[in-house]
Amino acid sequence: MSNLIKGKTGEWEVVIGMEIHAQVTSNAKLFSGAPTTFGAEPNSQVSLVDAAMPGMLPVVNAEAVRQAVRTGLALNSKVNKHSVFARKNYFYADLPQGYQISQYEEPIIGEGEIEIDLEDGTTRTVGIERLHLEQDAGKLIHDQLPEKTLVDLNRAGTPLMEIVSRPDIRSAEEASAYVAKMRSILRYIGSCDGNMQEGSMRADINVSVRKPGGPLGTRAEVKNVNSLRFIRQAVEVEARRQIKLIESGSEIVQETRLFDPNKGETRSMRSKEDAHDYRYFPDPDLLPIEFDDAFIADCKATLPELPDAKKHRFMETYGLSAYDAGVLVAERETAEFFETAAKACGDAKLASNWVTVELFARLKEAGQTLADSKVGAEGLGGLLALIKDGSISGKIAKDVLDEMFETGKGASEIVEAKGLKQISDTGALEGVVDKLIADNPGQVEAYRGGKTGLIGWFVGQVMKETKGQANPAMVNQLLKAKLDG
Amino acid sequence: MTDLIDLSLSEARDGLRSKDFTAVELTRAYLGAMERSRELNAYITETPDKALTMAEASDKRLAAGDAGTLEGLPIAVKDLYCTEGVLTTAASHILDGFKPPYESTVTSNLWREGAVLLGKTNLDEFAMGSSNTTSYYGPVRNPWQDKTAPSRHLVPGGSSGGSAAAVAARSALAALGTDTGGSIRQPAALTATVGFKPTYGRCSRWGIVAFASSLDQAGPFTRTVRDAAIMLRAMAGHDPKDSTSAKIEVPNFEASLTGDIKGLRIGIPKEYRLEGLSPEIDALWQQGITWLKDAGAEIVDVSLPHAKYALPAYYIVAPAEASSNLARYDGVRYGLRVPGKTLDEMYANTRGEGFGDEVQRRVLIGTYVLSAGYYDAYYLKAQKVRARIAEDFRSAWNSCDLLLTPATPTAAFGVDEKQDDPLQMYLNDVFTVTANLAGLPGISVPAGLDSKGLPLGLQLLGRPFDEGTLFRAGGVLEEAAAFTAQPGLRA
Repeated sequence: MSNLIKGKTGEWEVVIGMEIHAQVTSNAKLFSGAPTTFGAEPNSQVSLVDAAMPGMLPVVNAEAVRQAVRTGLALNSKVNKHSVFARKNYFYADLPQGYQISQYEEPIIGEGEIEIDLEDGTTRTVGIERLHLEQDAGKLIHDQLPEKTLVDLNRAGTPLMEIVSRPDIRSAEEASAYVAKMRSILRYIGSCDGNMQEGSMRADINVSVRKPGGPLGTRAEVKNVNSLRFIRQAVEVEARRQIKLIESGSEIVQETRLFDPNKGETRSMRSKEDAHDYRYFPDPDLLPIEFDDAFIADCKATLPELPDAKKHRFMETYGLSAYDAGVLVAERETAEFFETAAKACGDAKLASNWVTVELFARLKEAGQTLADSKVGAEGLGGLLALIKDGSISGKIAKDVLDEMFETGKGASEIVEAKGLKQISDTGALEGVVDKLIADNPGQVEAYRGGKTGLIGWFVGQVMKETKGQANPAMVNQLLKAKLDG
Repeated sequence: MTDLIDLSLSEARDGLRSKDFTAVELTRAYLGAMERSRELNAYITETPDKALTMAEASDKRLAAGDAGTLEGLPIAVKDLYCTEGVLTTAASHILDGFKPPYESTVTSNLWREGAVLLGKTNLDEFAMGSSNTTSYYGPVRNPWQDKTAPSRHLVPGGSSGGSAAAVAARSALAALGTDTGGSIRQPAALTATVGFKPTYGRCSRWGIVAFASSLDQAGPFTRTVRDAAIMLRAMAGHDPKDSTSAKIEVPNFEASLTGDIKGLRIGIPKEYRLEGLSPEIDALWQQGITWLKDAGAEIVDVSLPHAKYALPAYYIVAPAEASSNLARYDGVRYGLRVPGKTLDEMYANTRGEGFGDEVQRRVLIGTYVLSAGYYDAYYLKAQKVRARIAEDFRSAWNSCDLLLTPATPTAAFGVDEKQDDPLQMYLNDVFTVTANLAGLPGISVPAGLDSKGLPLGLQLLGRPFDEGTLFRAGGVLEEAAAFTAQPGLRA
């Protein structure tokens, strides 16, 4: 119950439902053959259909349908073999047709659920209400001419999946975890690139508050939040705003609000009274989308192992903790990197640690992603193998990794060239140990007199003498034998 | 030699092939006719230069033995079809100056077969009307005259009134129309031309300015049934750019004109015997029954119990779709823009000035019937009626192959009539709308004259994609009627 927020009148529960708009990975728009390249010259990605020229007709992009079905399957959701496109009618300058082609009463994907991973390693299930296909609108540019607004239709008609959750989310952390998980799944199956900065994934957050166990409160919708951090912040500030309002005797108004990350507040965009009557009706230019079980089976066959399945497999096969497994599977590339490295060195836990701690730290510092890294999975595995077989110590390995990260050279090559290989030769070490004992009779005396803690000093001296290359376990063993004997 | 403009399309085709005359000669004859009959206001845009260029190219192909099925034949196009580089208005102020950078599929098909564009014909604004009086470019005059009042300006019907008038007046050899609730068959009946509405999905709608997407269908106006068959074959075909166009092969419709309808079962729907139906229309209907019976057809009584709800259902579904289809005319990207202080004001100014009364009326009706709280009672109910009507036809086809009905409840009326009563005007479509609601093909054939000397038509309706049978029976009807009268205001 750590999710509850304390107000003046006691504790409050936040109830959150999400609508995620995810741009379908496809080289064409939902109803026209026009390309969908991000960042192209204004109005260069616009077909006659997108500009709603007279007499133009939409033809559905089969790839978008396929991706929606794959996504539905990945979200453990019901796939509807019959679904209908509907027109959502409203006037706006970025909407050339005067209606958005969307799905209303009969979406392509029905109910399902996903598991979200929380920071304490626990999971929660969040229900999916539906997923439907719809076209995006264009963009208005207000700041180029003083008295005029310009319209860029490049984005108009881009295929979107709107994924609607049930109001099952209960905290800012869960909201962020939900979006992170959704993003992870979409990226795994390749139906959306999940790029929140470029807007190919955006979230609308429905927030309401209530006394624990009480009836649902009136909700406000916070529109178009485009990063995980902002999602957390938006939920926090909106929940607190609502609690404060209710506790001061006011009522929540059902409305659409905008999150301002600079001011850390939400602002009213429009209230329910201004809400459009969208006059939805089935689009007579399009036939219902229909397919059979074989099509669904084909879509299913193209799905990779999904994050949850992978996470559970990592926990079972490699004995990883829920948290570590969760971190590793968040991105498909990371999971694959980890598995390759683990196989190369034969120690999954070691690989997990080195990927999530050592490598990630270096990537973060360098502002790189795994894809940019000069250290490949095989390379890291090679380094870890050297630790495993006692060739180098973990401490040396960190230095070696630094150099690998910098130069892209292999671990063995670096170890070889710099002579970093651990001294595990008993003969060689024995000489060093014997000399140390002979040179320091006072310390030996003290040790033998009961100050056994001095063993650390002896080990340190050996390491110093061997420039860190001595095998610490072996040094320990040798010293003990000589001093105790 | 007879005047070239008196030849039927099939005769002109044959004459060109046997080099009796050239495409340029034929086209010049029509350009002359077009000029002589300007008082009819049948054309919004004449394209004489384009016509001659196309005719010259046709003559070359004819000489090379490389002629299409419509090679060198001068045709008029309803100004609802987008034609590349040629002003396309939908007879609306709101499309001022709009020259599409693209060509509709149906017209592309015609040009591919060698047809020659004479010009773009007048129509009711956005094809909304039954009298061609709602055009921003003024009403079209029917070339037929009331012999008791010859100076009276009569309407040609609508919405494809310009196309009907042009074909009737011999200022086009054939013309394209569109039929959403009767917009081909009704004006055909009022001008003694053959009007054909194909099965929904037979012709592509791509590039035709949309009125009501689930009802609109392209079709031809011609002077003979055979000509209609030739035209439709060229127009039709699956188009991947129109999701509702049918993937069905297009037969050679001309070949179905065998003249033999022995054993064909003709259904007579009793619900079409409307109360107050004019005795002249009723008599013509009986005459049609006799003609078909004499030709060997079997006459069957059938029932379409929900037909009486067709007109109200149509006047809900069509405006609903139109209200959405016409939302794109907003002054932002093309056509008319009337400035305003805000975006909403610009919309209101543009659409207020750009759309005429009838269009505004239908947009309002359509917006209303789709609104929250009214959707179920109007739009959804109308769709249910529509499904029942389609079901009525399906069961009728168990006992008959075609239906015979009057095409219109009246002959051509005065341009000033019915103007202040939209409901009275809507009644014009009472016999034709059922076919649109059920997606069926239909043909209107000139069948006789009323006491004022005005033409009347008979309508045949057929099974989906069974246009061949319609042409066959239509040909028999045409022959039996032996209609030879000509309008007084012809070129």
